[in-house]
Amino acid sequence: MAIETVPPPASHEALSQQRRARERLKVFGLVFPGLFWLTFFFALPLVVIFIYSFLTPGPRGDVVWIFTFDNYARLFTESLFVNAYIRSIWLGILTTVICLIIGYPLAVFIAQAPPRWRTILLFMVLIPFWTNFLVRTYAWMIILQNNGLINWIVTSLGFPRLSLMNTQTAVLIGLVYGELPFMVLPLYASIDRFDFTLMQAASDLGASKFRAFTRVMLPLTMPGIAAGSVLVFIPTVGQFVVSDLLGGAKVDMLGNLLQRLFTRANPPNWPLGSALALMFMLVLMILIVFYFRSTTEDDR
Amino acid sequence: MNDGIAIELDDIVKSFGDVNAVDHVSMQIRDGEFFSMLGPSGCGKTTTLRMIAGFEFPTSGRLKIHGKEMGNTPPYRRPVNTVFQSYALFPHMTVAQNVAFGLEMKRVPKEQIKERVQKALELVRLPTFGDRYPRQMSGGQQQRVALARALVNEPEVLLLDEPLGALDQKLRKEMQFELKRIQEELGITFIFVTHDQEEALTMSDRIAVMNAGRVLQIGTPTEIYERPNCRFVADFIGESNFIEGTVRASNGQYATIETSDGLEMQGYTEQPVSVGSSVVLSLRPEKARLSTVNGNNSQKHEANTFPAKVERVSYIGSDTRIIVRLASGRTIDVWEQNTRSTLDRDAYWQPGEAAILSCSVENALILTS
Amino acid sequence: MIDLSQTSSQTAQKSSTRKPFSLGKTTLTVVSVLTYMFLYIPIIILVLYSFTTDAFGARLTGFTLSWYEQLWRDQRLMGATLNTLYVAFVSMIVSTIIGTMTALALERFRFRGRAVYDAFLYLPVVIPEIVMALSLLAFFSFAFNLIRQLTGIQLRNGLATVIISHIAFSISFVVIVVRASLRGFDQRMEEAAYDLGANSWQTFWRITFPLILPGIIGGGLLAFTISLDDFIISFFTTGPGTSLLPVEVYSQVKRAVTPKINAISTLMLAVSMTLVVLSQVVQRPRT
Ligand SMILES: Nc1ncnc2c1ncn2[C@@H]1O[C@H](COP(=O)(O)OP(=O)(O)OP(=O)(O)O)[C@@H](O)[C@H]1O
Ligand SMILES: [Mg+2]
Repeated sequence: MAIETVPPPASHEALSQQRRARERLKVFGLVFPGLFWLTFFFALPLVVIFIYSFLTPGPRGDVVWIFTFDNYARLFTESLFVNAYIRSIWLGILTTVICLIIGYPLAVFIAQAPPRWRTILLFMVLIPFWTNFLVRTYAWMIILQNNGLINWIVTSLGFPRLSLMNTQTAVLIGLVYGELPFMVLPLYASIDRFDFTLMQAASDLGASKFRAFTRVMLPLTMPGIAAGSVLVFIPTVGQFVVSDLLGGAKVDMLGNLLQRLFTRANPPNWPLGSALALMFMLVLMILIVFYFRSTTEDDR
Repeated sequence: MNDGIAIELDDIVKSFGDVNAVDHVSMQIRDGEFFSMLGPSGCGKTTTLRMIAGFEFPTSGRLKIHGKEMGNTPPYRRPVNTVFQSYALFPHMTVAQNVAFGLEMKRVPKEQIKERVQKALELVRLPTFGDRYPRQMSGGQQQRVALARALVNEPEVLLLDEPLGALDQKLRKEMQFELKRIQEELGITFIFVTHDQEEALTMSDRIAVMNAGRVLQIGTPTEIYERPNCRFVADFIGESNFIEGTVRASNGQYATIETSDGLEMQGYTEQPVSVGSSVVLSLRPEKARLSTVNGNNSQKHEANTFPAKVERVSYIGSDTRIIVRLASGRTIDVWEQNTRSTLDRDAYWQPGEAAILSCSVENALILTS
Repeated sequence: MIDLSQTSSQTAQKSSTRKPFSLGKTTLTVVSVLTYMFLYIPIIILVLYSFTTDAFGARLTGFTLSWYEQLWRDQRLMGATLNTLYVAFVSMIVSTIIGTMTALALERFRFRGRAVYDAFLYLPVVIPEIVMALSLLAFFSFAFNLIRQLTGIQLRNGLATVIISHIAFSISFVVIVVRASLRGFDQRMEEAAYDLGANSWQTFWRITFPLILPGIIGGGLLAFTISLDDFIISFFTTGPGTSLLPVEVYSQVKRAVTPKINAISTLMLAVSMTLVVLSQVVQRPRT
């Protein structure tokens, strides 16, 4: 029999280092593309506007590399900006609350439907969103405009024409329509997990239906409410198309100001726009952190 | 070249953070052996098995399969296959595709695969189930598919992690029998993890009893049951009365101890014990005998006889289980087999009755603590 | 954001224990039907008005298919539509691949900086789209300036910048969806495959990939929808020579609309609904 030459056993440290090196290579390979993309096309752009926000606007819409705090100072002193902040956040809150009031019953309805129907009903919430956001907003223009569908019906019934377009109501309708599914989906996810026999248990213990709802169901579905609210609130506040098309530039939101500062103003003012955008982001983040903290405390 | 040793663990340690899940374990598993690992939950059985399979790597120590050091060898290059506790059948493949998977990985020719898959399914008595999906089968059938999927690769060693854990009592018994049959038919080494002692005792050639990451005893079922080497093993396998005491005299095989409550008892020891050391005496309840005070049985002449009073009697069909109290106040469990069939109450022990408890020296096992 | 196939199978088990709960069942039904009407009336109007003979698309004055015919000949609108579909398709493919890789890394491995990266990935979801769009606009102009000064080559915004931006926006959403399906995945399946002699590569393609495919398809569909639905990022990152459907609609709406817009929207709706139904059919036998 041949004499086997057995290699000396490698030490355990060497072996586990080999394994760890191999694993590190795999992790690197998997993480790199995403990290690269998000660093270059998400993080770096934010850094660029952060830098711009401290520069001076040039005469031809360009930037001059002179450091200044002026842009931020203007945000806090000019009523145009302050009002836009307040209006945007107010419209955002209104939209969120309306979406919640409409979306909650709908989510309950879907969760209680027979299993085979649930997927279909959920899909039906999504289907309108397989068109472009802009097209959906345009559909509301057809309905609301002065010689649009509603006024056609109203006038053929012999009533006077209503002016619906270019009002805050029109903007609100458009916003709610645009964001409703983002409320319904997370609400459904958490209501679906909710055990409805708990409601029976609560009424068994003497709670009225209302009390059972506020004391049992609402707290237990709070994660869905929180997630849905944030998903609706953020894009709403940053909107400019809806207020532009349905509000007729009468109802200025932050998004409209931003769009104007970056593209339409003569000349464009990117440093001021950058400061406005960053401030806007900051305010939103703070609001959201507070909101999440308060809803999770309710949970306990 | 490997002296009939299939698997060799040499001083293996596996730690997760501060915890040593496996703590200096050494054992040798022979070719063709049905080897069981038995122990309470969390004692490191699964971890040991996973190291053999290659899903985990030892923190220190050596692992050899057929004399070959495993080191960094990944699971797919080891000549072992695993039957998982939850079966881990691939839900998106049919039974036949599941079984064929290992052969495809080895690039076995197509016609051969078909043939071997069919043979494997026949071996586990599911010859007609090839086209079904796992979810269309019962737990017991899925278990057999998992077995076929592992066996079709003709592994040198088959690892089974509580493969019968999810089955009901009757199916379990059936599968125990099947497993044993297949193992004998193929002559493969089985390493079987269980925490069911009866299962381990009936099926195994040898058993390793583990606790807290350590192997306490390795031996045949009879050795483990009849000659446990420590209190834990005696307690974990079967039941036992434990009586603490101090050695008064010893002559190698036999020793006399004085118990904590002042009795003098004689017992058998495997290893010599030194006079004065504290030990524990283990007495299996079915090996203690109870006789009436005025009967003249030969048992009275046994070394260990004590007057006792019957305290509780429970009839459980095959046995009657009796708790007696000795004069010192100590209670002892005694099981008597019901060999006669009678409805006469007087044929059984009555609470309050006086009796003589006795046991032979060989049945009183002295364990060092 | 929800993998429909998963939630439905999970709820199916529970339904047996769930008793009908009578919190004003009829009220609930009525409210829900009204809500569905609210969701669908604009869409139905949009479709109906694509057949109107009224040149301004404001009234239903008669039935005609001429808008579809004119649409076919409208180079600009057709080009914009094709561009939009192309952007959505490329962005879906790239972000699904990158997102799936990222999800695998986060779910399967512990590595330094994992928690930070995890939190970082949620930022594109919670940061307002317009901030992202403007920062990309600024970034591209900054970068192109730099490139011109260094090399003399003048790059301009166009389809490429839109695609790059859509991918950056979609990756996080894909990661969230794919991670959910990886979390529901029994890792012993992979161990079983290794045990049967498959290496990591074979295990991934034969076991892991087919089993998480519904999640990947879900993530891909979400990325496709996001891109198709997006207006804000497209608006700010596209260039003067490149037209995209939403940007085209925006400029037309501000001037004068013709029912051609309705016609193209109807077609896109039909296409995307077909895609969704198909993807559901493809996913069904697997789950
Ligand atoms: N990946 C891990 N990380 C940390 N600790 C672990 C890991 N795997 C196992 N352990 C710990 O190691 C110990 C042994 O676990 P193991 O799974 O081997 O037990 P077991 O004997 O198989 O138990 P059971 O009968 O319950 O299956 C346990 O304390 C367990 O908590
Ligand atoms: Mg275990």
